[in-house]
Amino acid sequence: MPGKLKAKIVAGRHLPVMDRASDLTDAFVEVKFGNTTFKTDVCPKSLNPQWNSEWFKFEVDDEDLQDEPLQITVLDHDTYSANDAIGKVYIDIDPLLYSEAASVISGWFPIYDTIHGIRGEINVIVKVELFNDLNRFRQSSCGVKFFCTTCIPQCYRATLVHGFVEELVVNEDPEYQWIDRIRTPRASNEARQRLISLMSGELQRKIGLKVLEMGGNAVVGYLQCFDLEGESGLVVRAIGTACTLDKLSSGSAPNTNTHMHPNTAPASNACNSPSKDGKEPVFVEDLPSSSGPPTPFRALPTSSSPPPFSPSKPCSRQSSSSDTDLSLTPKTGMGSGGSAGKEAGPLRTLLRQQTQTALEQREFPFFTLTSFPPGFLLHVGGVVSARSVKLLDRIHNPDEPETRDAWWEEIRQEIKSHARALGCHAVVGYSESTSICEEVCILSASGTAAILNPRYMREGCLDIGCTDHRFEEPSPPNCGFCHIPYDELNMPFPAQLTYCYHCRRQKVPDVLFTTIDLPSEAAVAGKGCLIQARLCRLKKKAQGEANATAISNLLPFMEYELHTQLMNKLKLRSMNALFGLHIQISVGENMLLGLASATGVYLTALPAPGGIQIAGKTPGDLSSEHISSIQKRINDTIAVNKELYQINPPELAEEGVGSPIPEPRHRSRLFRSHSESSDELSELDLSHGKKDAFVLEIDDTDAVEDIHSLLIDAPPPTGFYSCNTENMPGISNWTSGVQMFTSVRVLRLSNANLTNQGLNKIFTDLCENLLKSFYFKLRSMIPCCLCHLNFTVAVPEEELIQVTVTAVAMTYDKEQTQEKTAEKPVNKGSLEAEEQLQFPLELCADSSSSNIQTASKISDTVSLFTPAAKLCQNQLLIVRSAGVGESTNISPRAASVDYGSFADRCSTWLELLRLKAHTIRRGSVKTSRRTQSLAHSVSSLERCSPLQEGRSRSLRSSRSFGGSSVTVVKMTPLSFLSGTRIIKYLGIINMFFIRETTSLREEGGVSGFLHSFIAEVFAMVRAHVAALGGNAVVSYSMKECVFMENPNKNQAQCLINVSGDAVICISETDQESSASTANTGQTGGGGTDGAT
Amino acid sequence: MSVELDVFVGNTTIMDEEVYQLWLDGHTVNDAVKVRMEGGVMDECEASKDVLLSDTMDQYRTFQMCERLLHSPAKLANQLLFQIPPHRQIMLIERCSRDALIQLTHLFQRSHNSLFLYLFVKPPPLCYVSSHGNLFFVSLSLFRYYAFDDTFVREVLGKKLSKGTKKDLDDISAKTNVTLKSCRRQFDNFKRVFKVVEELKGPLVENIRQHFLLSDKLARDYAAIVFFANNRFETGKRKLQYLSFQDFAFCAGQLISNWTVGAVDNMVEDMDVDLDKEFLQELKELKILITDKDLLDQHKSLVCTALRGKTKVFIEMENNFKNLSRGLINIAAKLTNTKDVRDFFIDLVEKFIEPCRSDRWTAADMKLYLTHYTNSAHILDTFKHQVVWDRYMGVVKSCIFKMYHD
Repeated sequence: MPGKLKAKIVAGRHLPVMDRASDLTDAFVEVKFGNTTFKTDVCPKSLNPQWNSEWFKFEVDDEDLQDEPLQITVLDHDTYSANDAIGKVYIDIDPLLYSEAASVISGWFPIYDTIHGIRGEINVIVKVELFNDLNRFRQSSCGVKFFCTTCIPQCYRATLVHGFVEELVVNEDPEYQWIDRIRTPRASNEARQRLISLMSGELQRKIGLKVLEMGGNAVVGYLQCFDLEGESGLVVRAIGTACTLDKLSSGSAPNTNTHMHPNTAPASNACNSPSKDGKEPVFVEDLPSSSGPPTPFRALPTSSSPPPFSPSKPCSRQSSSSDTDLSLTPKTGMGSGGSAGKEAGPLRTLLRQQTQTALEQREFPFFTLTSFPPGFLLHVGGVVSARSVKLLDRIHNPDEPETRDAWWEEIRQEIKSHARALGCHAVVGYSESTSICEEVCILSASGTAAILNPRYMREGCLDIGCTDHRFEEPSPPNCGFCHIPYDELNMPFPAQLTYCYHCRRQKVPDVLFTTIDLPSEAAVAGKGCLIQARLCRLKKKAQGEANATAISNLLPFMEYELHTQLMNKLKLRSMNALFGLHIQISVGENMLLGLASATGVYLTALPAPGGIQIAGKTPGDLSSEHISSIQKRINDTIAVNKELYQINPPELAEEGVGSPIPEPRHRSRLFRSHSESSDELSELDLSHGKKDAFVLEIDDTDAVEDIHSLLIDAPPPTGFYSCNTENMPGISNWTSGVQMFTSVRVLRLSNANLTNQGLNKIFTDLCENLLKSFYFKLRSMIPCCLCHLNFTVAVPEEELIQVTVTAVAMTYDKEQTQEKTAEKPVNKGSLEAEEQLQFPLELCADSSSSNIQTASKISDTVSLFTPAAKLCQNQLLIVRSAGVGESTNISPRAASVDYGSFADRCSTWLELLRLKAHTIRRGSVKTSRRTQSLAHSVSSLERCSPLQEGRSRSLRSSRSFGGSSVTVVKMTPLSFLSGTRIIKYLGIINMFFIRETTSLREEGGVSGFLHSFIAEVFAMVRAHVAALGGNAVVSYSMKECVFMENPNKNQAQCLINVSGDAVICISETDQESSASTANTGQTGGGGTDGAT
Repeated sequence: MSVELDVFVGNTTIMDEEVYQLWLDGHTVNDAVKVRMEGGVMDECEASKDVLLSDTMDQYRTFQMCERLLHSPAKLANQLLFQIPPHRQIMLIERCSRDALIQLTHLFQRSHNSLFLYLFVKPPPLCYVSSHGNLFFVSLSLFRYYAFDDTFVREVLGKKLSKGTKKDLDDISAKTNVTLKSCRRQFDNFKRVFKVVEELKGPLVENIRQHFLLSDKLARDYAAIVFFANNRFETGKRKLQYLSFQDFAFCAGQLISNWTVGAVDNMVEDMDVDLDKEFLQELKELKILITDKDLLDQHKSLVCTALRGKTKVFIEMENNFKNLSRGLINIAAKLTNTKDVRDFFIDLVEKFIEPCRSDRWTAADMKLYLTHYTNSAHILDTFKHQVVWDRYMGVVKSCIFKMYHD
């Protein structure tokens, strides 16, 4: 029972004219919560009414408080006929239920009508008085905090990460109920909005309950989605990561910078790392104890405590090995496997065991987070994904959504088993999505298989230090995550393994694909860039089962091609890793669209990517001249790209980076599967056979086209960079310019018979043109970076392709880097971790090179994980259950490129070993090289415009904005706002709007309609955030933008769902400069021209 | 294959000044794209024509959405639809004088392709520089939206702001070379301002400034337009063609500040729009200056004594004195008739300016003559209407000065 909700209606303004005769309005307001309604007096003849009502009080269960929104309806009083509704405001009062979030909601809200859009504004004050409910069996979960942010929120530290939470609720879609035939579109839209609001409230509450059960107090990386299944209903589902978060007092926050030298602490800890004996028992103990809250993971404190290290392998290995072992032959390690294996065994077994336990408990070791505290992530295996094609049927019993649950369960199991096959016990950067067309639904899930620091799996060991370091065995933080997690003896697929180019001690793959953000401690060379693979596949129209089969038959081919494209484009940019990989496959009536986006980066720990070699199938096919011209173009492009992205890795010359012959490293770890209703599994090898060189073969015109399309991707114009991750590899010195935007483009295909090739071209052009448009529109922000570019594709109707993009453009300062880099280690504690860790290597080399040496020395004494002797077979494995594709049936090109030679591989292998030995001998030289790299990075950052200083300073002035009548609310899809520090999270924003029109032409056609709708949605989000007392939305995303039109009837309808975290942030410079306000003014003088 | 829908919406409203001007000028999207291409904007970001087209359409849509707000600029102060962040310029603006502000504006236009639109303004408008850092600065856009072409306004000046006139806009458009769209916008602006100030008390110019957040100059121009429209002054006759809008605007200013009700009482409705009836009645009394033979002769001799030797056209002045004096005083006496009020300017030209011009008076001669003509009346001991005389002649004098050119 315990909750009293109070609402007060203060005033209205800019109301629409409801009475034509007087050009005025007689407005009053209905305030409704649950089944209780209050009304204000009528304020006659005014467009700016002052109601100044009493406090309307609702006494309600906290369960209702969580589920229901406060509904405010503004009406025009009419003496003779029914009162006309002007519009509504739904206020989600959830933020008032956490003790730390907002305490009052007060402000101007746009009055929204689903037919007319925003019609004036209303000023409302809402408060909640909550009584504690100690009932153990309560149904509410008030107090559990939700964050959309996919990392540990800035002003918190995670004391425990409990793990995956998921829930889904289903209902009938009001749009498809019989009553819809007789009610107005407005009534139907409102019913839908209200229902979805209720359902998300309920969903959040249920997830909250699960979190409480696990002992957590927050959900991070909360991802809620709607499936509009049409006739079969409406599904609202959510996933997230349960955590126990501690709020940091603002004073302690600055300590974050201790993370900057994650390697220093470990160095000392590891020195006296104790015997292995102690550790195993502890571990064993742990597992059973975890039965209650399954798989609890200890997260590390984000700040005040000493940083955890990035450590790893079972500590037992520490004693067993020596450099020589390792440097001579990887196989020796193997040979000695008897002992080494045994030693390594227990932990591994334990890990497995744990997974096993979790499995039995039907719990998933999944994390929706994409970035982690340093040291949390030990190793990354690769991308795991699963797709399943389902036929929708009516949900008979909404209270028991078993089928939907079972479907997801199935997919998650599959993901888990893939992860296990990669030797990983966890999946990070996990997400789920659907694509629905008529009654066919593709369910997709993907994530990155990873091994997490075992330390975090233990309970009650937060007081770092004494117990913990036993497990730790330092490995350089900036490459540790690249080291392969799987057993070399049992590689799930054939990979080109080499010794880590960083530490030289452990194996790394040649290419790494992940769905997470670039770990802050990772060492990269140059800048990152957005890489997209786009694909269209026609399919015959079909119904039911046949349709589902057709789709599932097409899926593997699409995945294969997307993967190939990604690989090619990655190589073309001379990069070797993808982060933030997101593959979306969208289904339409007569086609499937595939779009893979990721941020390419050059990880210095991984080998340099080889080039791409072009070959003709038979000499007669195409003139060798032609081939060589293409080859030249490709080589040129690679060279240009290297320059563009400033990829100059600190390489060892002997390694033959620039060798004309492409290096045999084209594999990636992409491990996925499709499942259909049947459970039969068959494996499909999608690797490019066993060939070593990455060769593109031109055997027909299609292939030529493909190559051309490869080269089509225009690099961004000078001054622009782009990525789809949280942080841009290679850029950290953001300035205050932030422009979040949403763009939607719909293309109508002509009726002409289109081929797959033609479609591909159209689709590629569509995406490329969108990017070009962004660059053009945002040109005044140069130098800037488009971050978190999130593309969503859909096929709303036959012959329509819709692409929706949300991203943020952020300005950065080329010049300041140098200065900052130098300063960082010393002060600037308040800087965000992301920023701090951009150049960990350089920093260390500069200020603490001695530490590095110590660290690396220690690690040298530890043996490397013994390399596998087994050369494996399949690199890219696709597990499908459809039973359609045998391994022979892959696309023709796949077969054609298969002419790698074993000999080649062997020679490379030997060469590598030689090199390895060589480099280790010259170990001391390493440091100096690093220093060089530092020098280089600095000089590259030196050239820049002097204008930037002024700009960044002027940010300060923004704080003085308070006096304006409208609070400025910044929005960003990222978890941080450049130049500011988040001091408070006010709660989650999760809003759903429907807009419909029956006068499409009058509203400026489809574009005019959607343009104003999106602008209105932004305005409403801003208003709600401002009412909570916030000034920014972080982790903003537009999860749904469903647009339907019927131009013949002059009608259109659009649904938009947005979410994000409302926050209060303050300028970083504020604190330090609050005293020097006068100074601010002065510096601004120089800024006149800085306002570029 | 065609683009069915294409929108770009930023959390911060981006406006390109150049495109905005093109839109105001009534160019179609395609024309605007052409102009922009010629302007070389394409080179800036490796843009293609498609990109430019898409951008231009987005901008046009944004302007159309803004237009509704621009119609009642005072609402802009707290509207929520478009977000304007405190931007780097603000700080500069805060510390700038008004002139610097205008300079800044030019600078800004030259160096930036697009600017963040500052629609949020707190009245009073423009140039209020806050000492504690609050944001308010009238958008350049607002000026632009309410800016008009002098050639266009010259055509509609004094006409009734009615549907009838609106129908003639296409002729005016053809004649003035201003696009029809732009003509309509300007005409609608006049009408809108007229409608709003019609019902307000207080000084006209101030009301316009407050409600439409316009600069002082622009507000005065609008006041003139409203004033002319309300009194339906004839400005279209051939003989008046040589006068520019600015000439009339100046005269309107004189009339508003001296001859309206507001000149004596500043809290009356319509005070600045209608002429002071009582005053017009009193003007009849001036007739004595021409009906009383003695007074007329006395006046003439006083003026001639004062002028002798000071001008080359003295003979003409002496010969014409009675005619000219009759002309001016008859105009004054007839102003009680609405019809004659309308003809005020044409009368001034026909009865006074033309005769003088044919006698080749210079502007200096005119000034000299009118000054002595006005002052001499004060010396006439039988002439009792000094106050009315000053109020009348003050305005007529300055109007004639302004209007006496080729």
